[in-house]
Amino acid sequence: MATELGPTPVKAPASGGTPVHHAPKGVGEDNKILSQGKWAAWLLAPTVIALGIVIVYPIISAIVMSFQKDAGLDPATGLFTAGGSAGIQNYVNWLAQQCAAPAGGTVACPPGTLGAQFWSATTTTFFFTVVTVAFETVLGFWMAMIMARTFKGRSLVRAAVLVPWAIPTAVTAKLWFFIFAFEGIANKLFNTSILWTGSEWPAKWAVVIADVWKTTPFMALLILAGLQMIPAEVYEAAKVDGATAWQRFRMITLPLVKPALMVAILFRTLDALRMFDLPYILTGGANNTTTLSILVINQIRQGFNSAAALSTITFIIIFLVAFIFVRFLGANVVEQSGATGKGKK
Amino acid sequence: MKTPKFLLPVATAGVLALTLSACGGGGGGATGGGAAGGDAAAGLDGRGPITYVQGKDNSNVVRPLVAKWNAAHPNEKVTFKEQTDQADQQHDDIVQHFQAKDAGYDVVDVDVVWTAEFAAKGWLQPLKDKMAIDTGAMLKPTVDSGTYKGTLYAAPQTSDGALLYYRKDLVPTPPKTWDEMMSMCSIAKKNNIGCYAGQFSKYEGLTVNASEAINSAGGSVLDKDGKPSLNTPEAKAGLENLAKAYADGNIPKEGITFQEELSRQAFQSGKLLFLRNWPYVYNLATTEGSSAVKDKLGIAPIPGATGAGASSLGGHNLAVSVYSKNKATSLDFLKFMTSEESEKFYATQGSLAPVLGSLYTDKDLVAKLPYLPVLKTSIEKAVPRPVSPFYPAVTKAIQENAYSAIKGEKPVDTALSDMQKSIESAGAGS
Repeated sequence: MATELGPTPVKAPASGGTPVHHAPKGVGEDNKILSQGKWAAWLLAPTVIALGIVIVYPIISAIVMSFQKDAGLDPATGLFTAGGSAGIQNYVNWLAQQCAAPAGGTVACPPGTLGAQFWSATTTTFFFTVVTVAFETVLGFWMAMIMARTFKGRSLVRAAVLVPWAIPTAVTAKLWFFIFAFEGIANKLFNTSILWTGSEWPAKWAVVIADVWKTTPFMALLILAGLQMIPAEVYEAAKVDGATAWQRFRMITLPLVKPALMVAILFRTLDALRMFDLPYILTGGANNTTTLSILVINQIRQGFNSAAALSTITFIIIFLVAFIFVRFLGANVVEQSGATGKGKK
Repeated sequence: MKTPKFLLPVATAGVLALTLSACGGGGGGATGGGAAGGDAAAGLDGRGPITYVQGKDNSNVVRPLVAKWNAAHPNEKVTFKEQTDQADQQHDDIVQHFQAKDAGYDVVDVDVVWTAEFAAKGWLQPLKDKMAIDTGAMLKPTVDSGTYKGTLYAAPQTSDGALLYYRKDLVPTPPKTWDEMMSMCSIAKKNNIGCYAGQFSKYEGLTVNASEAINSAGGSVLDKDGKPSLNTPEAKAGLENLAKAYADGNIPKEGITFQEELSRQAFQSGKLLFLRNWPYVYNLATTEGSSAVKDKLGIAPIPGATGAGASSLGGHNLAVSVYSKNKATSLDFLKFMTSEESEKFYATQGSLAPVLGSLYTDKDLVAKLPYLPVLKTSIEKAVPRPVSPFYPAVTKAIQENAYSAIKGEKPVDTALSDMQKSIESAGAGS
């Protein structure tokens, strides 16, 4: 016991001593860290407040509104009266395409109401996203490959390629509106008489063409940045080893440009999911070119609270897509850094 | 101890955000409710400076009038707040300010189709009793467009009605009825041009054209109580006229993409025999160098079932905000802006159609705007677009279904019953 007790008091001061000994330094560091942290927190506060006001507040406000009923009409006075709490009815109405019935309760939304367009608008939005991003990726890659080469007038080409991206979307849309008019350039050029904005598929393709024309340069630029990160030596070494052009592209260019490419695709996908101005001006949402954003704007004029519910749904859809993408991307990044880490070891 | 201190600024931000959102929640509730706005009995005798709100003053009509008023009323000066030239943006701007109960929007210029919505929200001062104005000399349809549930909420300021433009070199006498016009389409065919066009692209213009077709055939979109009344043979006949004309090719197939400008260009380049459009086309078609129809242009009232048809009504009304503190000044200014002198100025300076019947036969005005006598017939017979506080939903219901019906994707009967149900659903409130 004594032997056991012995070391304990010895150890105790020792073990207690270590912290005591380190205490002044440790506390000093803590204080320093603390005061630095405090300082940093105060410095960050304005940003946090600003973000709170411009991001958190509107989102919370929209979500609160989405659980309220839209104003109804008092038949006696003809004045609007507050709708009161709606629970999740607004969300149910959108997802199940239910509308208020004159006799009370709900019925399936008749064609001609915004409620009847929810799923078709969702489909249209995803159609536009998948098709435009696919085209833009392929064309953008091709343009980036050309711009990455050294040739006479390269800077001129790079500047010229950026022109469509620099034009405001509303202007682009009006431009293509006239190009796709019946007496417009598109029909004159190809000697056709297609009603571009007058039926479903031509209208959809008109939107896709205009969007690809406008946004491919953005894609090309992001990919170009990725391409220029690849050192020339890698290609030279591959050439010495006798790799063909296709092999060099597949084994060197593609894997090395992938991180930049994925970020570019993510950006464009999120952008395309909230597409609004182009179809709104080009086709007015006619012939099944109404996207979710157009539906939200139309609904705002008919009732804020339903519109808030719809925009929350849209927000969740976009958020989910972004989440899937980032998870997918993030996994890739981890894998790569792990691989390089192993290599270094 | 450490953590709270460290988090203090962040927590402050958080609390601030929460407070704000709490306010926002309250605001959201109020906006959602839109419960009968401000006090219509307050500020009736208030006098002082006021603000007048209107969309972009493109032809410089408002500024000279405001300057004239200000010179005569140094203690009740009017500030002109100019909005953008986009109707949707003007609408949303007014909604935002009224929702915030802004006392700074004293007199506002509202499109005829917004009047019912704003009145039902309780934002517009009823123009009765102390605030009453004399509408005796004004054309009745324009007064109707400012009336909601039997009360006048807005004073007619300018008006607009449809005209039928025709090629007088090919058609010596204009058609009086729709059937007569359709029978003249053989002339168009002989000359290898399109016969008739209006605005059939899916947008506000289609609501105008479709309601015109329905009203001209004796039907109506809404009945007197604001309930949809589209399940009638008259409404069916009206919409069928358009659908049939499109199927026959009497409305050229590109007509489905026409808005005002595209249809004007088609007519002006000589590719159409008849065109339904607003009076603004007249000046362009007779003066523009590129116009192929300069000396071949005739105007007539739009055709109906048995005589002149019922045009949809355009134009703007003036209203006083219930939140205004100086309603007496506002009312005086409103009367000034709708006086005969001002009305004449709108016509001469901005080519805007006056609301006073007498001005349509005024010699000076007719010399400048030769279409005025025809336009008077058009406006006298006009029917305001459906007067409903749910107008945005009503116009969408009409556009969506009329578009399908004209293109032949949906039988006219189904389109009308869908239209009926959609409007009923909007009115049912949610």
